[in-house]
Amino acid sequence: MYAQMVKSEASQDDPEKLAGFQARIDAGEKIEPKDWMPEGYRKTLIRQIGQHAHSEIVGQLPEGNWITRAPTLERKAILLAKVQDEAGHGLYLYCAAETLGVSRDELTEMLLDGRMKYSSIFNYPTLTWADMGAVGWLVDGAAIMNQVPLQRTSYGPYSRAMIRICKEESFHQRQGYHIMMKMAQGTPAQKKMAQDALNRFWYPSLMMFGPSDKDSVHSAQSMKWKIKMNTNDELRQKFVDQTVPQAEFLGLTVPDDTLRWNEEKSGYDFAEPDWSEFFDVIQGNGPCNTERLAARNKAWDDGAWVREGLMAHAAKKRAAKLAAE
Amino acid sequence: MTDQTALFEYLLRLGDNTLVLGHRVSEWCGHAPVLEEDIALANTALDLIGQTQMWLGLAGEVENAGRSADDLAMHRDVWDFRNLLLVEQPNGDFGQTLMRQCLFDAFHVELLTDLTNASDDRIAAIAAKALKEVTYHLDRSSETVIGLGDGTDESHRRMQAALDLLWPYVGEMFTPDAVDDAMRAAGIAPDLNDLRARFDTRIDAILTEATLAKPESAYAQSGGKTGFRHSEHLGHMLTQMQWLQRAYPGATW
Ligand SMILES: [Fe+2]
Ligand SMILES: [Fe+2]
Ligand SMILES: [Fe+2]
Repeated sequence: MYAQMVKSEASQDDPEKLAGFQARIDAGEKIEPKDWMPEGYRKTLIRQIGQHAHSEIVGQLPEGNWITRAPTLERKAILLAKVQDEAGHGLYLYCAAETLGVSRDELTEMLLDGRMKYSSIFNYPTLTWADMGAVGWLVDGAAIMNQVPLQRTSYGPYSRAMIRICKEESFHQRQGYHIMMKMAQGTPAQKKMAQDALNRFWYPSLMMFGPSDKDSVHSAQSMKWKIKMNTNDELRQKFVDQTVPQAEFLGLTVPDDTLRWNEEKSGYDFAEPDWSEFFDVIQGNGPCNTERLAARNKAWDDGAWVREGLMAHAAKKRAAKLAAE
Repeated sequence: MTDQTALFEYLLRLGDNTLVLGHRVSEWCGHAPVLEEDIALANTALDLIGQTQMWLGLAGEVENAGRSADDLAMHRDVWDFRNLLLVEQPNGDFGQTLMRQCLFDAFHVELLTDLTNASDDRIAAIAAKALKEVTYHLDRSSETVIGLGDGTDESHRRMQAALDLLWPYVGEMFTPDAVDDAMRAAGIAPDLNDLRARFDTRIDAILTEATLAKPESAYAQSGGKTGFRHSEHLGHMLTQMQWLQRAYPGATW
């Protein structure tokens, strides 16, 4: 999932209003931008939607890394379309965040100067073509786990953005899996690439769901508000249960010796990722944090003259139109 | 030159233009000045790659030597590429990329318009499909060239520099050779003089609105579409584009 460890804000609003608001949520009503909402709800949502939007944007980079090296014209086209979709997701989500009173430019500034985060997963490098398969299969797969329930989130614009996004994400996941299948059934070198990609992306994918519930302090309020629909551990379990048989079908080995089917819970027992690595990545020490942020900053800085130029032109046109009226 | 050879060469020109430009544009992915531009550039690249699949696919059929579009894209070296020098030029800044796009789009729209009447139905059909996409590309690229040319002092300066840099690559699009002549005689390719006149009308209007000065010199670089002498840039592009296919021969992806 693209929003990890989103801190929820306590609200100091009128208790009666708060109770009325909670009643609406409990009744399954959607909250719309013009409705009254607690300040904490608004702020938490800005953080969560913003982080999700940033993840879509930064998420273009690891896959963009392979567009110019895609092995066939069709693969290039599919990857281009995927990365274009992700940019589109960023756009829907920034629009949803804007309904809460924060502009896209403000959010962008906060991403660029490090005040806001994006998903830890995009701080890992994509090293072989099989990584394009692994990212679609595992990363989009994990994102879907989280985003499908969020279609029912209480905030109307967020919920509607999720509905649009989910349709495309499941397509991405299938495409990724298809790449993995080709590789797993391919030459020995391709098989090796596929296994290597799974080895590198397995634990980072598990980290996408955020820390274990016992260490996840912000969940309760967000779940009450239906901003968060499931706990981190629930989603992680669901992801593992779905993914392990897919890996088996590919003939690949999940890099976890402790992985066992547990009849009692009718789910897999599996090893937790190394949470100290997760916190390192979140702190900015992942393998690609520096490059990712530098790339986004460079795009923004190099593009300043373009944005200014186009704005100046639009202003001239408006002035000319006014003068003509 | 037999008609089949000329036709194959001509289709390579069409397909290599879209392949090389599509590749160049795709280099922007994730690095554009605004999100909307990222999406638009990816969309342009996607259209061009799609057109490449059709043109090179047909080229392979015409050649009849068992080469697919992918074989042609991934297993030819520089001297076998038939794209214009213009489209292999590096991206430079965003202004340079959009200026290159606009110059090519203005040519491309006119070319495809004529090709929709080609005596070869397969060519006419691809051209008709591509024309819809390319018309939109030209709308966007010309709008951006106008906006940036007539924007701030800095954006104006950069756009003029881009135009001056790229102008020497315009002439090649309209310089006929034996392949063009053979295809014209076969009722496929248009009269390039006539095409140039329509291109000039379009470009003059765009540059005027963009407050940009068309360079005086008519000097034209050549060697791309004949494959005689590409720029140094193309080889570097191919090392990237073809790397996987070359490093793992025989693998399917
Ligand atoms: Fe997405
Ligand atoms: Fe995604
Ligand atoms: Fe996706």
